[in-house]
Amino acid sequence: MENKKKYIVRTTIIIISGVFILYGFVRNETEIVRNKAINICLECIGLG
Amino acid sequence: MKIKHSLKRKLFQIIAFGYSNPYLMNFKGGKIFKGKWKQFCNPGLNCYSCPAARFACPIGALQAVNGSMNFNFSFYVIGLLLAFGTLLGRFICGWLCPFGLIQEFIHKIPSSKLKLPKIFTYIKYIILVVFVILLPILVTNYMGMGKPAFCQYICPAGTLEGGIPLLSTHPELRQTIGGLFSLKMFLLILTIIGCILIYRFFCKTLCPLGAIYGLMNKISIYHLEIDKHTCVNCGKCKNICKMEVDPVKVPNSAECIRCGECAKVCPQNAIHLGFKVRTSSISENVTVSKSKD
Repeated sequence: MENKKKYIVRTTIIIISGVFILYGFVRNETEIVRNKAINICLECIGLG
Repeated sequence: MKIKHSLKRKLFQIIAFGYSNPYLMNFKGGKIFKGKWKQFCNPGLNCYSCPAARFACPIGALQAVNGSMNFNFSFYVIGLLLAFGTLLGRFICGWLCPFGLIQEFIHKIPSSKLKLPKIFTYIKYIILVVFVILLPILVTNYMGMGKPAFCQYICPAGTLEGGIPLLSTHPELRQTIGGLFSLKMFLLILTIIGCILIYRFFCKTLCPLGAIYGLMNKISIYHLEIDKHTCVNCGKCKNICKMEVDPVKVPNSAECIRCGECAKVCPQNAIHLGFKVRTSSISENVTVSKSKD
């Protein structure tokens, strides 16, 4: 991939990722992640 | 005093491991950290049920949101993975991943070492699509909640970092051990044997996070470049690569974990790793006709 093309792709993805992260925060996805992560995940340890 | 490159990377990995897993005292009581940091994802694979873990596992978090009642797509986790991948690619695997470091230590156990046929490196993409994306969305219970299929049926990091420490400190959990735990222990043992024989066996064959970052290696800002004018095609870089990549042919291969060993061994200093795009004389796709010895 040419450098210019790569630059455009990278910039686009960085902008998209920023929008995604913000939107995820707004709709409270972080709470789902936190709730899952602060309790023992029975599936992860092979009991689920 | 000049520190050897491999030692420098190892120290960096150990620091990253310690930063991701600072709560070692939690192992004693079998507790897990419950602070606010757990809403953020670790860039590398690290089970959030590990007593010492500071952050959430990105693969576990992705499945948790995708399989939740309210959402089928995690903008937050996908956004984080895109950002990590675009910035660093598989540098994360080579320098920051806690399970990557564990595998490297396991590989130091003396034994004959093997190479992995390339076909096996595609398994991780199937695991990513089937176990991490499709199953948590499609297989749901009556409440519309899906299960984290990768964590449940495959992840050896979860068994090693979360399962064994928690089950050894919680007798009440031990009473519920069944066939699933046996399957996960079998996969963990298989992974350990694989890692003894093959360098980073799990990263190469099974890791869905490695699959995501590998796909992003082609566009990541941290990248590898070959100076085609100074490269003499000696093949030293290919021979030293433990991920079985030929950096001259495929500088931004999905398998390259940016360990930098190829750049260190290059007699012509023709391999450059970093964020900066160097001169226009440097090519990222060099056509190599024949290797000279």
